[in-house]
Amino acid sequence: MFGPLIVKPAKSKGSKTGSWRVKLRPEFLKKNCIGCKLCISVCPEACIQGKDKETIKINYEYCKGCGLCSVICPKSDILMLEEESKGDKK
Amino acid sequence: MDNKILFKPGHTACAGCAQSLAARLVIEAAGSNTIIANNTGCLEVFSTKFPDSAWNVPWIHSLFENCAAVASGIEAALIYLGKKDATNVIAQAGDGGTADIGLQALSGMLERGHDILYICYDNEAYMNTGVQRSGLTPFYTNTTTSPISARFPGNLRPKKPMPEIANAHGIPYVATASAGFPQDIQRKVKKALSIKGPKYMQIHVPCPLGWRHESGQTLAVAKLAVETGLYPLIEYENGKLSGARKFAQLKPVEEYLKAQGRFKHLLGDPESIKQIQAIADNNILKYNLKAEAQKSD
Repeated sequence: MFGPLIVKPAKSKGSKTGSWRVKLRPEFLKKNCIGCKLCISVCPEACIQGKDKETIKINYEYCKGCGLCSVICPKSDILMLEEESKGDKK
Repeated sequence: MDNKILFKPGHTACAGCAQSLAARLVIEAAGSNTIIANNTGCLEVFSTKFPDSAWNVPWIHSLFENCAAVASGIEAALIYLGKKDATNVIAQAGDGGTADIGLQALSGMLERGHDILYICYDNEAYMNTGVQRSGLTPFYTNTTTSPISARFPGNLRPKKPMPEIANAHGIPYVATASAGFPQDIQRKVKKALSIKGPKYMQIHVPCPLGWRHESGQTLAVAKLAVETGLYPLIEYENGKLSGARKFAQLKPVEEYLKAQGRFKHLLGDPESIKQIQAIADNNILKYNLKAEAQKSD
């Protein structure tokens, strides 16, 4: 009877918080990236994943667009672009 | 650190929430062999929105006041089962749940000597219910229950000295940390978990909603609090001050105040700023935050 009350751990994928981004989205230029992974360590959402500079990427389904990764990036390689801008095409 | 993600995306914290960042850093440092007791507060609300849970470790929600007591029970049960050595127990709470409502349970836990790491995420007010002042709200802060008026510029009482209160129980480890220094948080959590006995840690976590700053400024604001001396990063081991993060040049408190909307009313008032600077100066003196090299002049 209490079965439905017990929630399986790590099942928070239900909330697609990416829709919370109102204006800006982070964009990885991947030009000057040195793979320091600071962006991974400061993302409050844990939605930046990857092992090295080739594979690091943002999961836009959950990114709320707070901009912390853009601020911490020592090489200014992460830009905050307008949601509809063309920067995300390639 | 194991590869498993222990704190999953999809939780409903505000954009730029430092508490969700700190919570993730803590659980990543602690590893998957951890049981968490979490009392009511922002962290509980946003990380476990029914029917979801962001946690990939055993996690239990307690009432506002008894997080430390619930964790004590978990620890006692683990000892009975003979599994305590392999398992960390973490009790985590917000600042209201630690300094105001949960203080007696915390005090009992520290006094009984349970092997638990208690973590207080200090965002300096009851943010979950709409920015009411708590015992850890700093001097002259504008909150909804300490509004600015002609007579009073905000909250009239200084922060409760929680690290000192915890330290007075004679516990082996007390530390403060800040979301502005992520590696420091993880180092202190690992160090705390390597020590047997009750441990207390207080992490300063900016709240863009309640402190009224841009969400991208979270880390900068957290750093400024440390660099001005208003939130010293200190460690007590066995009752003695064993470490403090020192700075060659401490910044004036005005830089920290003007970054946030909750202190905006103080900016045209040099007298109030002087009083807050006095708190910072007192911290600098008390914990010796000034780096030695600067002494030559």
